[in-house]
Amino acid sequence: MSTNSGSPAGLSDTVLTVDNLTVDFPTPDGAVHAVRGVSYRLNPGEVLGIVGESGSGKSVTSMAVMGLLPKTAKVSGSVRFRDRELLGLSDNEMKTLRGNKIAMIFQDPMTSLNPVYKVGHQLAEAVLAHHDIPKAKARARAIELLEMVDIPQPDRRVDQYPHEFSGGMRQRVVIAIAMANNPDVIIADEPTTALDVTVQAQVLDSLRAAQRETGAAMVLITHDLGVVAGQADRVLVMYAGKPVEIGGVDDIYYNPRMPYTLGLLGSLPRLDQREAGRLTPIQGSPPSLVNLPLGCPFTPRCPLAQDVCETREPDLEPVDADEAGPDGHRSACHFKDRVARHRPADLFDETSADAELPGDFGSDSTGEEQAEPHGPTDVRSVNTDFGTESDRDEQL
Amino acid sequence: MSSSENPRGPQPEPTTGATAGGAAAGREPATPAVAAPGEPILSVRHLVKEFPIRSKGLIPRTIGAVHAVSDISFDLYRGETLGLVGESGCGKSTTSRAVLHLQPATSGSVLFEGVEITTLSNQRMRALRRDMQLVFQDPYASLNPRITVSEIIAEPLKIHGRFQSGGKAYVEDLMQRVGLNPEHGNRYPHEFSGGQRQRIGIARALALKPKVLVLDEPVSALDVSIQAGVINLLEDLQDELGLAYLFVAHDLSVVRHIADRVAVMYLGKIVEIGPADQLFERPLHPYTQALISAIPIPDPRRERERERILVQGDVPSPANPPSGCRFRTRCPLFLTLSEGDQQRCVNEEPLLIDRGLGPGHPAACHYAKVQKVI
Repeated sequence: MSTNSGSPAGLSDTVLTVDNLTVDFPTPDGAVHAVRGVSYRLNPGEVLGIVGESGSGKSVTSMAVMGLLPKTAKVSGSVRFRDRELLGLSDNEMKTLRGNKIAMIFQDPMTSLNPVYKVGHQLAEAVLAHHDIPKAKARARAIELLEMVDIPQPDRRVDQYPHEFSGGMRQRVVIAIAMANNPDVIIADEPTTALDVTVQAQVLDSLRAAQRETGAAMVLITHDLGVVAGQADRVLVMYAGKPVEIGGVDDIYYNPRMPYTLGLLGSLPRLDQREAGRLTPIQGSPPSLVNLPLGCPFTPRCPLAQDVCETREPDLEPVDADEAGPDGHRSACHFKDRVARHRPADLFDETSADAELPGDFGSDSTGEEQAEPHGPTDVRSVNTDFGTESDRDEQL
Repeated sequence: MSSSENPRGPQPEPTTGATAGGAAAGREPATPAVAAPGEPILSVRHLVKEFPIRSKGLIPRTIGAVHAVSDISFDLYRGETLGLVGESGCGKSTTSRAVLHLQPATSGSVLFEGVEITTLSNQRMRALRRDMQLVFQDPYASLNPRITVSEIIAEPLKIHGRFQSGGKAYVEDLMQRVGLNPEHGNRYPHEFSGGQRQRIGIARALALKPKVLVLDEPVSALDVSIQAGVINLLEDLQDELGLAYLFVAHDLSVVRHIADRVAVMYLGKIVEIGPADQLFERPLHPYTQALISAIPIPDPRRERERERILVQGDVPSPANPPSGCRFRTRCPLFLTLSEGDQQRCVNEEPLLIDRGLGPGHPAACHYAKVQKVI
């Protein structure tokens, strides 16, 4: 690959490289480690789906990439657009890239459009911010963009205000704004979550059209595993601020190698299965990001957990030798081999029970097996959400 | 109340007879309820709910009405789950509230075990509410943050004067039953996660041993890994207690999983109703077909092969619904019809009647035709 400067082995094709990105938010209770080392690369024209549950850090990751986090956030690591480092750029320097080379689509189209300006103005604004062209030309471009996202009668619609559009159409306007400058990367953060399913289908259609039209690579952040299955080429699964598995979409869905991914798939009711049988929930809840235990954060909920999981957090490593390439299938699990070719029901219980409150972890069953003195295992029982008062109550 | 052993003593298990089926072991969903329905526990007939639109100004006049629910009829049988699905604004939540008489219906009738409830006095309705309980969507807003979980669950018992004898033990038993640790009864709602809060809401709804549970989007606020546990819990409770569920949801995957029968609503009308498997595999109404085809399936290969039926535009305003068939403005089938056939959709409202799949699976489309979409 023709390469510019010192990026390692042919990486210069990559449009976006995120390397060991971490984000901490200081709070009175200690730092919240919202993102704890995210690395991924985005190839041209590719769609990378990022999935995870609420609080897994998927949105914060993309806000960090765009440089949109509040000043209090402590961001470290590296984000490179082609060969340019983005972290540490001034706001003015970021402005030349934002909306131009990297565009973002937010979840809520009601709040991402300005209610007091006509949509045509807002579309033209995006164009004029980066191109010195006459206003009439920008307006023509605005109409063209509306047409691309299938807004009927674009020449009339361009002079209307956002409140005259329905939710789905507003989101399509947002998509049109994102593609206004033919970006290389579009980051879409839950673009269809606020929409009804039939409208979601229309918007996903527009999004795909936008991506095809501009040739942009896309990061699609969602909690909906169905949307990712249909849209993404590769998938990154996040848990507790870290990627726990990354790979081609088929690998992730048909051969997951991290118990969490397997558990997620088993929790999903399926539209296409007649005898679906029981669902297999993942017991417990995600850990607090303030005081994380030493080892793998999934340990308390994991059916495969062993002692080693309590002490050492596994790295994201290729699942086998064939997958060692940069876009290979990787998973962060000490027992990734044991996950292979299992169905969710093999590992997870078809239970309806709920695990103990997170504050109780470590106090009962897990405590017994921990003979060797490895660090503060009682970190587990410290959880910000669940005040210490109630714990005290119980002991009384 | 005979405390911990079986405080739910005189419970429906025997009374539901045919439909309750084998408890935990036989996980066959209560399909018998579909085949041999018996007596419906809840019958809704020609239910209409309109909200007036008032003009602005000094003396507001009623200048129109939002037709939230327009003449719908359905039955809910003992021990079965009826899923009520549709997109936002289709009237499914209004239906659930009108059925419980939380919002009086404009017209129509709701029979609960043969008793007409739309005309009941508040006092008599309150007594009847013991048998019909509601679980809300938002587990953060539906629990009083200032009282403990035990008090929340005990509240309905106290209101109906049933707490005195063994109430405390019964509350603990309820907590256990919904998968919570009874020792946490003295904690406050904020100390629980979303899934746990929803379990508290379910325990509260179960406290009075209802026969019907109306669940209004009970899992849509939860993450998938948590949602699955609550769905399993609802299934278990139904098996154990022989409850009938009116399950209102927009997530069709969840509904297919849990429901025995499904009713699809569009703009205040039921457009199709039928046994869950049949409705998903052989949908008759073009709206049902579009709705099912729009749901993404978490299976990349199938997703790539699928063809979407895209509907045009957005849902029209329920204040001014289209004449004839309400779906015709967005209907993909309508576009393929000849002009004469289209006139029928415009002029004549299609009735919810047998369209070839038997009286148990009616659809409201003049040109209903089975189309496989999964």
